[in-house]
Amino acid sequence: MQAGTTHSSPLASLSRITHRYGPVLALDDLDLEVRRGEVLGVLGPNGAGKTTAISLLLGSLQVQEGAASVFGFAPGAPEVRVRRGAMLQISGISANLTVREHIELFRAYYPAPIPASRLLAMAGLEDLARRRYGKLSGGQKQRVMFALALAGDPELLFLDEPTTGLDVDARHRLWSEIRALRESGRTTVLTTHNLDEADALADRVVVIHKGQRIAEGTPAEIKSRTAGRLVRCVTRIAPDETASLPGVVEARTRGQHLEALTTQPEALVRELLARDQALADLTVVAAGLEEAFLALTRDGREGAA
Amino acid sequence: MSGKLAEAEAPSAGASMQARDTHRLTPARRFHIYLLEARFQFVEVLREPMFAVPTLAFPLIFYLFFGVIMGARGVSLAVPTYVLATYGVFGVLGPALFGFGAGLANERDTGVLLLKQTTPMPAGAYLFAKVMAALIFGAVVVAALFLMAAHAAGVALYRWQWFALAGVLLAGVIPFCALGLAIGAWARGRSAVAVVNLVFLPMAMLSGLWLPIYMFPDVMQDIALALPAYHHAQLALKVIAMDAGQPVPMHLAVLAGETLVFLAVAALGFRRADSFSMRRSR
Repeated sequence: MQAGTTHSSPLASLSRITHRYGPVLALDDLDLEVRRGEVLGVLGPNGAGKTTAISLLLGSLQVQEGAASVFGFAPGAPEVRVRRGAMLQISGISANLTVREHIELFRAYYPAPIPASRLLAMAGLEDLARRRYGKLSGGQKQRVMFALALAGDPELLFLDEPTTGLDVDARHRLWSEIRALRESGRTTVLTTHNLDEADALADRVVVIHKGQRIAEGTPAEIKSRTAGRLVRCVTRIAPDETASLPGVVEARTRGQHLEALTTQPEALVRELLARDQALADLTVVAAGLEEAFLALTRDGREGAA
Repeated sequence: MSGKLAEAEAPSAGASMQARDTHRLTPARRFHIYLLEARFQFVEVLREPMFAVPTLAFPLIFYLFFGVIMGARGVSLAVPTYVLATYGVFGVLGPALFGFGAGLANERDTGVLLLKQTTPMPAGAYLFAKVMAALIFGAVVVAALFLMAAHAAGVALYRWQWFALAGVLLAGVIPFCALGLAIGAWARGRSAVAVVNLVFLPMAMLSGLWLPIYMFPDVMQDIALALPAYHHAQLALKVIAMDAGQPVPMHLAVLAGETLVFLAVAALGFRRADSFSMRRSR
């Protein structure tokens, strides 16, 4: 897959972008590439610069240093606007208009919109079409924003923290919609600080921390960049002691359990068992994206310090 | 929404991508967007009691009281005729400041404007919609005032005067929307209503919209000379020959000048907001 995509030019890109809000450095020489047909996860803690990067690709922020391009045009160009949809982190649209009215208005902006009935079905809003936006629950409002992002039948979709505030059920339904969009050939850029979300949806992940890209790859690659295995058990051995054992990158206590991130799980387990006969409840699992993320952002911090 | 898209609901991205060369708006589509934007702007404001009551009901209630009821006790028709013009100004001023000014500030704060700016919506459609909504609400108030004046208060004007008065009153939408734009460009969402009220009510009073200006002390009359609502009211009163006698070109020049100042202030506000908007929303 990597080989197939490298020689096609990116659908959208930021290159060598540096962006400041007054004295605050939001993006620091950032490169970002969106490839056709992928779901790109832009991952990072709050304040990492994700929304700034998206805003530059949407043309709602002016480029200060570097270059931004979408479909080969400037991000705010009319050629881009008709082919792009966006779901932003905004606090709401007019409370007094109904779901159907909002959808009708946004459809009018585009040359070849998706029919209203289909948009309502896609976002699961059929029964709410006549309800005013202000009377909807938080999850229902998010679904309206999703429908508006899709109104123009976009080739490229930006979803900025789309599942914030959704309950687990609503989140999973939105995930399945995003997967279906990918199958229909669309490209999606998804920002999130939810690692499960990136893991579940993204073909490729870019991790941003303090305005810099600190990692890039498939979720599996990002995960493999960390020590590898998470060893978990109930033991009297302290994390400090564990830190000097084979391959241990990080050790901590979580609840009753000791958690150790290691590159040599077999050797570590042997050593732990030898040192504590009473050790119980032992599990060894592949480190998740969360561990990888913690390790990556911790490195970033140390690097900066 | 679960899986509905997956089961053959998936719109074929490929099929519609062909038709995308047409990013340029045809006149018909542009007209459609302008119309729809204006229609929903109007509907949205109409459904907002916080807006509709003070801006639509107040001028009419005032007229009912001062024009119809009080007027019926007087021998002269001077009062019902005079306040017809000034409450008309009041009625046009309200929607322009509340709908345009406070509405714009609110939509900038919630992010609606940011979202719409990522779509192909022409910026002109947004402004057009706001001006049209203010114009229609203003026209509704003016029409209701005219009906009350003619049928309940017994105000008698020449036909040309009715038309000229209506025209002058509705033209007030231009300077007042410019003022609303300036307020909307600077005030933050929640405080915008307060700012509008601070402008709306004192300006209405100091411009002689409630009581004739010659009843005020000289200092207040001098202040009135700086207010757009005063000059607009004088033009409206000129139609019914009840103005203070200042020349029309002077009123027009002040209104035009102040409109330009408001637009410049608005442009400055938007430029400032651009460099702040992200820090605000993050």
